[in-house]
Amino acid sequence: MRDDDLTLAADPDEGLARRLKALACTAPLHDLDARKAKLDWADATVYQMAEIGLHTIDQVTIAMDFDTGADHQQVVGRLLPFIAAQAPRRGTAEHTRVARWVLDNLINVGTTDRGFRRVYGSVDADGRYRRRAFDFKLLVELAAPTGEVYLRATDEAINVLVGALDTDVESAQIAAEVKLENLINRGRLADAKLAAEQARYRTVQYGETLRAKLEATRRDVRSVDWEREVPELLDAALSHIESRFRAETAILRNITAARDEAEDPDRKRRAAELVDIVADCIRRHTQLQSRLQAAGAVFRAEQDRQQFSGPPQRAAIDLFGQLLTPALELPLADALAPTQAFFHAATGISVPTVPSLPSLVSLLLRPAPEREQLVGEVPEPELLPAEQTDSYSDEQWRLADELLTLPEVPRRLSGLLAEARQADPGAVRLVALRALHAYGPEVSAAVRQGERQVLLAFDDGTPLDDPDFGGADLLLMSATIEHGEDTADEEVA
Amino acid sequence: MSTGHSSADAEAAARLISFGMRPKLLPGRDVVYGELVRRYGEDSSFKQLTHAVAAGLGLMVLEVGTQAGAVLAATDESIFEIKMDSYARQSKIRERRDTEKVLHGLIHLATAALGYPRPDDLANDTYIGRVSVEQVDGVVREACRILDERAAASAGNNDPLADAPELEQAWRAYARRPAAAATKDGRLASDTTRGMVARALRFLAEQGFLVPVSGEQGGTYRTTPRYQVQVRELAADAAFDELLSLGVVSVPGGDGTLRTTSSTL
Repeated sequence: MRDDDLTLAADPDEGLARRLKALACTAPLHDLDARKAKLDWADATVYQMAEIGLHTIDQVTIAMDFDTGADHQQVVGRLLPFIAAQAPRRGTAEHTRVARWVLDNLINVGTTDRGFRRVYGSVDADGRYRRRAFDFKLLVELAAPTGEVYLRATDEAINVLVGALDTDVESAQIAAEVKLENLINRGRLADAKLAAEQARYRTVQYGETLRAKLEATRRDVRSVDWEREVPELLDAALSHIESRFRAETAILRNITAARDEAEDPDRKRRAAELVDIVADCIRRHTQLQSRLQAAGAVFRAEQDRQQFSGPPQRAAIDLFGQLLTPALELPLADALAPTQAFFHAATGISVPTVPSLPSLVSLLLRPAPEREQLVGEVPEPELLPAEQTDSYSDEQWRLADELLTLPEVPRRLSGLLAEARQADPGAVRLVALRALHAYGPEVSAAVRQGERQVLLAFDDGTPLDDPDFGGADLLLMSATIEHGEDTADEEVA
Repeated sequence: MSTGHSSADAEAAARLISFGMRPKLLPGRDVVYGELVRRYGEDSSFKQLTHAVAAGLGLMVLEVGTQAGAVLAATDESIFEIKMDSYARQSKIRERRDTEKVLHGLIHLATAALGYPRPDDLANDTYIGRVSVEQVDGVVREACRILDERAAASAGNNDPLADAPELEQAWRAYARRPAAAATKDGRLASDTTRGMVARALRFLAEQGFLVPVSGEQGGTYRTTPRYQVQVRELAADAAFDELLSLGVVSVPGGDGTLRTTSSTL
């Protein structure tokens, strides 16, 4: 079955898939601008939605630290000045609404999964072209220990934001450092600010990696490689922090001096901003360092906690390894049977309730519970546009129109069907359907719509002799509608 | 053996079963119940009679013990059966409904896996496990993460096919579902995984399988002996058989996979 040329042309290219995925991550941002004109609550075309979107991701990323991030309200609050700058004449209410709209769209509220999906094609090992789905999220909502919901930016979002950050974190970090120092020495504060901000995102990403590892350790020590991988990560992170501290303290000294000495108020302000950013970087490093120091203790404590175990007393199934993990690995269609079987068996029995008359009465008298209080948000169904709505082509409709324009002599359906079959077999059914429709014509509707003529059908009892259709061989004729009078001039066929 | 049952015996057997239908009632707290449980253990003809009455009702007696009481299970098509269709009633689209059912099933499986992390815990009658909403969600997400890492490490593109959503692996569907989502009134949205876990744990608590301990970590519960019996005697085997029939066989070992290190200490 395999075509050699095709196989050659379609060489599996991982880079292509990666680039397609990167492209997909930007789609939600473009989508914001594409849809802003359709908003009915404001004329939102003045807003640069993609910019606001990027800014939102910025704000969420900056607010991220080890434990939590920003909640919705905080992010909206931080967005307002930026949005207000785009449309100063509009009210704060609208600005807030725009901020919420952008935020909701970046989370993709309304879909069940609260994420995005793009379909991309790739060539598999057999040289076949397959369409695959790439699922990604930009902002995710997580529950804090207190139960509140807060936001975090995903790796995809951070990659979209700072572009090609999917490189070796450390080397990128050093490069940024050198660049920053250079920029400050040459007095290019605007560029320096950018570099400092990028450095901060990288720091956040470093922290994320460690946080994920520690969290995994808390659940199951063995899921994380504490023999090589984590010690290496800790070592790298520690020596990295050491060098960053040195560099950043030097930079801080430099720009603090630049700030104090600057005459130009604009330059002074920018230097002050930079001081803030670098100070924040240093604060984050301190935080990361304390986490790094505590990491070993977390590991030991978890190991102690999780290892406590005696030899099994009798044979029993290992629920996690023998049931949960294999079930997770199954395709959804196959996973249904085992998960259902477990559910049926593990949920016990339900005793059917038999209402007694007194309780039935009180049941009926009870006010209906407010649904809003019980269920969460009603998810909007994702509707796909129907692929093919027209059963018949324009050509077939034209053919049917031609055949059924019968101003002078009435014709039998059988003749029309035969003629249609000769011209286009696909149109036969359409002709038959329209003839049937004409048997009960809606004359008043035709008059109302200002039609010039209406098709009429009459059954004189002759049976239809046709290979595909049965019934009466209708007599068909077009009747002209005379406007100006309320009656249609019906010519009886 | 089938002769010699009086109508009083039949009534007693039926009463024992009716006690079993009230999952929160325990033999230790009710004299009559305790007496019937004792009789079940000592009198083999009464035991058989109880089994027969249960079978006639469409029930199976899994175990009758002083700790767990009478633990019953519904046979297929019995009126006591809990249907997944009514449990996972919120979805509308058919494909989505199957996904939803799988997710609910996985959550129940994970609850049991967390309640009894090692095979030993499931076998040990005195073991009491603890589960919380945060942990159950965490356990599944962690398993998903490991599978994701494994998929990323393996050669070839493992992204799901766009035109065959039913072939997508279950863990992808779970990982994609958000853990939490903000709603207008600040409650946990019901279609997030934490919302679903919270629902499962509440449901199991109503069934007498879990007992609420505190509101920490989104709701913390401890397991009951009833749940242990239910999982050990029936549910684990039922799911295992299904997996076996699918050819997903894993070699049973003494050590649990959710354990930390070998038991050398």
